Amino acid sequence: MVFGFPILSTLVWLPIVGGALILFLGRDRDSFAKWTALGVSILTFLASLTLWTAFDSNTSAMQFVEKTEWISQFNIYYYLGVDGLSMPLILLTTFTQILVIASAWEVIKERVEQYMGAFMIMQGLMIGVFAALDSILFYVFWEALLIPMFIVIGKWGGQDRVYATLKFFLYTFFGSVFMLVAFIYMYFQSGSFSILDFHAMPIAMTAQIFIFLAFLIAFAVKVPMFPVHTWLPDAHVQAPTAGSVVLAAIMLKMGGYGFVRFSLPITPDASMTLDWLVIALSLIAIFYIGLVAMVQSDMKKLVAYSSISHMGFVTIGMFLVYDIIQTTGSSQGAMIGMEGAMIQMISHGFISGAMFLMIGVLYDRMHTREISAYGGVVNVMPWFGFFAVLFSMSNSGLPGTSGFVGEFMVILAAFKANVWYGLVAATTLIIGAAYTLWMVKRVYFGPVANEQVGKLKDLSKREFAIMATLAFAVVLLGVYPAPLIEVMHSSVANLLVQATTSKL
Amino acid sequence: MNFVIPSFLPAIPEIALLALTSLILVADTIWSKRHQFATYYATQFTLFIVGMLLLSSFATEQTLTFSGSFVRDQFGDILKLFIILISMGIFMFSREYLLQAKFYRGEFFTLGLFGILGMLVMVSAYNFITLYLGLEIMSLAIYTLVAMRKSDSKALESSLKYFVLGALATGMLLYGFSMIYGATATIQFDEMARVIASGSADDVVLSFGVVFVVIGLAFKLGAVPFHMWVPDVYEGAPTAVTLYMGTASKIAAFAILYRVLVEAIPDLVADWQALIIIITILSLIVGAVVTLVQENLKRLLAYSGIGHIGFLLLGIIAANPGGYSAAMFYVIVYSITALAAFGMIVALARTNTEFDLIADFKGMNQRNPWLALMMLFVMFSMAGIPPFIGFYAKILVIEEVVQAGFTWLAILSVVTAVISAFYYLRVVKVMYFDDPDDATPIEPVSRQLKWAVSFVSALLLILGLMPSSLITLCYNSLS
Repeated sequence: MVFGFPILSTLVWLPIVGGALILFLGRDRDSFAKWTALGVSILTFLASLTLWTAFDSNTSAMQFVEKTEWISQFNIYYYLGVDGLSMPLILLTTFTQILVIASAWEVIKERVEQYMGAFMIMQGLMIGVFAALDSILFYVFWEALLIPMFIVIGKWGGQDRVYATLKFFLYTFFGSVFMLVAFIYMYFQSGSFSILDFHAMPIAMTAQIFIFLAFLIAFAVKVPMFPVHTWLPDAHVQAPTAGSVVLAAIMLKMGGYGFVRFSLPITPDASMTLDWLVIALSLIAIFYIGLVAMVQSDMKKLVAYSSISHMGFVTIGMFLVYDIIQTTGSSQGAMIGMEGAMIQMISHGFISGAMFLMIGVLYDRMHTREISAYGGVVNVMPWFGFFAVLFSMSNSGLPGTSGFVGEFMVILAAFKANVWYGLVAATTLIIGAAYTLWMVKRVYFGPVANEQVGKLKDLSKREFAIMATLAFAVVLLGVYPAPLIEVMHSSVANLLVQATTSKL
Repeated sequence: MNFVIPSFLPAIPEIALLALTSLILVADTIWSKRHQFATYYATQFTLFIVGMLLLSSFATEQTLTFSGSFVRDQFGDILKLFIILISMGIFMFSREYLLQAKFYRGEFFTLGLFGILGMLVMVSAYNFITLYLGLEIMSLAIYTLVAMRKSDSKALESSLKYFVLGALATGMLLYGFSMIYGATATIQFDEMARVIASGSADDVVLSFGVVFVVIGLAFKLGAVPFHMWVPDVYEGAPTAVTLYMGTASKIAAFAILYRVLVEAIPDLVADWQALIIIITILSLIVGAVVTLVQENLKRLLAYSGIGHIGFLLLGIIAANPGGYSAAMFYVIVYSITALAAFGMIVALARTNTEFDLIADFKGMNQRNPWLALMMLFVMFSMAGIPPFIGFYAKILVIEEVVQAGFTWLAILSVVTAVISAFYYLRVVKVMYFDDPDDATPIEPVSRQLKWAVSFVSALLLILGLMPSSLITLCYNSLS
């Protein structure tokens, strides 16, 4: 709380209540729906800024804590709080939300109030996921999120949207039920559902292994990691632009967040024993999925695969910890890997959001995502071309943009752990550049490919504002990441201690 | 022979219900010509009175009466209260349905009331005779209700099927009762528990008795492999009657399951637990898998109901007060959810269509977005997705079964929950993503029903956000 004001609850419930209002009052009143959604999003964003300003970065303890009894029979609390790991993700959510609402302004014409309502409710639930400190509350937010996303992909999506959305729902649901069983098991060991109590409780090795695997299934599906990633390209391709942005920018981060909030601190010994599994899957994601991205003919699919590949950096950065400490004997390198992973999450939120918005801009005009349908776009859309190249460069890890910082830190850590890890991870600098820049070359450069491309109009003011905001964020994070690192520092240090202290 | 006049006080709600129902039965023949809805209002009034009587004498501790054959306790009173509340909803939905289906008759309500009387007696049964009496009062009423539309051959077929199989189940139950009686020389639940605990009863006879009793109860609950009648009867019966069978009567069936297994033969837990585990596993699997291919919504709900019974039985398997409370919570939640689901069908049924095919719900979001949203609530609650109340029902039984050491059963149940999510999602998909064949807006039969359906569906969300009091109620009643 800030001066006794429940700021986190406000952030969770303001968008949900706003979304419900839009849903109930906005039928056939499109402009009411849009403006309310935008107004509430901006209000939420401004409110979330107080988190940043009032945040104490010297402590790893939970801040802005709210705790009320919820289901007394089972010691379940309405328990919210943030630390340096979750606070930046909440800001990322509120920031992205404004762009998401703005991006749909003229594009969505059918059932605007349901669309806006769904996105507003989703925002509240996502903030809830990052702020929840009670595992049942966390699970409620985590699962409830599936409902609006299911509707969004299925209703406003592309040709095969029904298949994609069912796959999305069932994959994620399947993953998370095991997490629920793990929570219940731990409740009987600790007598509480509080995540912080889970952090502190000792767990035997066999139990740790099972709990770790349950978490791994849940979070690996969400991240997504190879080989349970197949829902993501389908969902991305079929989802409307804003749906893809939310999926890529925020929902995938929930998986990564799960690893740092649950897997590493709750099952440190199992994480140490099984870290090879996560590292191997991450390296496959980075290398193999990168190659898969290269051969895509659909732009959205390409970016979807590139997302999986980039999320590989997040997971490997988190699980390199044990190898680094073993080889170098100090946690200095581990710190770099972990912070790199966290920064990669934030940065990927900006970049992937931007990439999908760019494709959305083209799709709104041409109604195709095939790379071969384009060519020479930059000739008719110079401003758009400028942003497109900037974001693509960032996606391939150009120094000076946010994409570079996280990747570089993780690669550095990987070399400390094991030269081979480093070598494989570093191939992304080549592969990532290859698939992104090759797409840039085919879509934006060269002569104007056909008549339709020749008639394209450059960015509207609305689109320009969205792109410029994202560009600013990408460059700022690339040039001056220090404030972000500072906010995370104590929490990451604490996480390292938790992850390396045996609980047997 | 000394005859002591028993205390009638604990049974006042049942006695009042019987008296008033008999009165209505007679009155109906007189006033039904002039005032079409007089019986309906009298029925609702009767239920209201009974509910009030129940509340005013709400039990805090166990009282036995009628030579120990009738019990009044908190567990029973809570279940009875929900039976009455849900029945009021059922009758409200039924009236409109009967009008639409053109077979509105006063007998529907009087028979319904007798069925409820049977349910209340079942909940309060404390020996085999009372239990059997209650069960038969309820079953006979339902057999007749199913067959009420005489022109409908499908309904007659289901009625006959239900009657024959129901009689078979009752036979099994009686056979089991007589064996247990043979072994323990008593039909009284508390005494039976004492005799069995003392170890003087013949184990072989007892075990046989338990098997037959469990089979009989599984029939009544509609658990696999004794579930064959459920989908046919649900589908064939008029929806108003399906509503009646699928909701309130499940609560009563759960009550006798608890009374017999837990209060009469608790020491035979090793025997019945193993049986219930098998039944549960089969129910969970059939409820998840067979449902996938259903095209008729009533049939789908019937099969999914089998899966829900599987979940409910998980709580019984835990074999401790926590588990029973979780099962109790589950059955109450399931009844409310089923009331909303069948109520939705009833509210949309018209003279020429039952509105019970999944395809009928095509494009619902375009025809009536509000109802589509309500149906979405119902489906996600059934699937056990938070924040709807169905989620808490599932998590509680899973919690209890994990605590009892059956983690593998918990894992099996969550896997079936994932599979069954598919068919609930399919209904949502049809409503939201498909285009309607006929895009004209559709409204419930009456404004009253629209409110009723909305209220029950919204309740699933409201209870989901604040589940604490209902959970505490169930847990306190059994500890």
